Amino acid sequence: MIAASAGDGRRRTTAVAETGIYVYGVSRGLPGEALGRVAGVGGAKVRVIEDEGLTAVVSPVSLGEFGEEALRRNLENLDWLESTARAHHAVVDAAAEHAVTVPLGLATVYRNEDRARSALRDRREEFTRALDRITGRTEWGVKVYADLAETTSGGGTEDTTSGNARPGTAYLKRRSTQRHDQEEARREILTMTDRIDDELCAIAATRRLHRPQDPQLSGERGWMVLNAAYLVDDERAEDFRTAVAHLAGTRPEIRLQLTGPWAPYSFATEEEAWTES
Amino acid sequence: VDRVLNDLPAPRMPAPARGERIALVDLLDRLLAGGVVITGDVTISIANVDLVRISLRAIIASIRPEMDRVLAAERSDEPVEGVVTWEDPRP
Repeated sequence: MIAASAGDGRRRTTAVAETGIYVYGVSRGLPGEALGRVAGVGGAKVRVIEDEGLTAVVSPVSLGEFGEEALRRNLENLDWLESTARAHHAVVDAAAEHAVTVPLGLATVYRNEDRARSALRDRREEFTRALDRITGRTEWGVKVYADLAETTSGGGTEDTTSGNARPGTAYLKRRSTQRHDQEEARREILTMTDRIDDELCAIAATRRLHRPQDPQLSGERGWMVLNAAYLVDDERAEDFRTAVAHLAGTRPEIRLQLTGPWAPYSFATEEEAWTES
Repeated sequence: VDRVLNDLPAPRMPAPARGERIALVDLLDRLLAGGVVITGDVTISIANVDLVRISLRAIIASIRPEMDRVLAAERSDEPVEGVVTWEDPRP
């Protein structure tokens, strides 16, 4: 239920489970029947709202679940977050398969269809610019990992020249050499990763960086050096994938992972509005 | 969709198909930071930043048992397996 906050009429809602409109994304030239088979959040039927060539992809949601208070609570529930994120993605993906589609952020909910339609109309220019930017292009993700332990342990850091030194001195010296080697290894990996990024940027139309992922969440033990999204012209997609595969094969110190194709989530906003995740 | 290319013969690989199961962490990168941000009626006071912060709390809560183990090990000065310190490569 949603608590009405006294004195704030704008936020006043009733405790009855009202229905809102969840907006997944905005397409251009999406055939209405394209979304027949995909289910929205909560298994709801997905439909479209049209406004002069732009199409908002929507489904009804319960405000008991997506109202402000409920949403705050639900976002803290990882299971809820996951199922909502996956449903959002499934719908965006289905739309993107049929027509150029700019995805909206998670949990964009309007009180009714009219409100969603006026948002579509009010932001027409912004949506049009975004759709122009991503037309004929696809987002690909590239993640670079390095296993630092491996790159430093094999470096022959055992000190064999200090036979006469006291054990403490030898230990400190060894530690210092190890630290130095590790810094050196990091620097090399960063340089290597910059080169990889440069090479991929040369193929891509544009690139945006995501923050390195939490290893606890990703389950990856290595150092995540790069978490990037590239927007690639579709006719260069094969070049891009081939380049990633080549880069992955030529540098044993690092691992590359390619994800995608993605609907262009990372390129939906204007460059200056982009902040790393 | 998420393929470890090292395991595949370079340079050609099969095309990842749409709709394959993808890693939640990659999806959240995009769904929380990406997408056009418009203020919905009912999310009027949940800014995008809040969305990220609130959902990160969910993620942190879900990994807290693991974090407790890490913190306890750090306090006792033991090396923590699987935890690699890293620096942000970007300027």
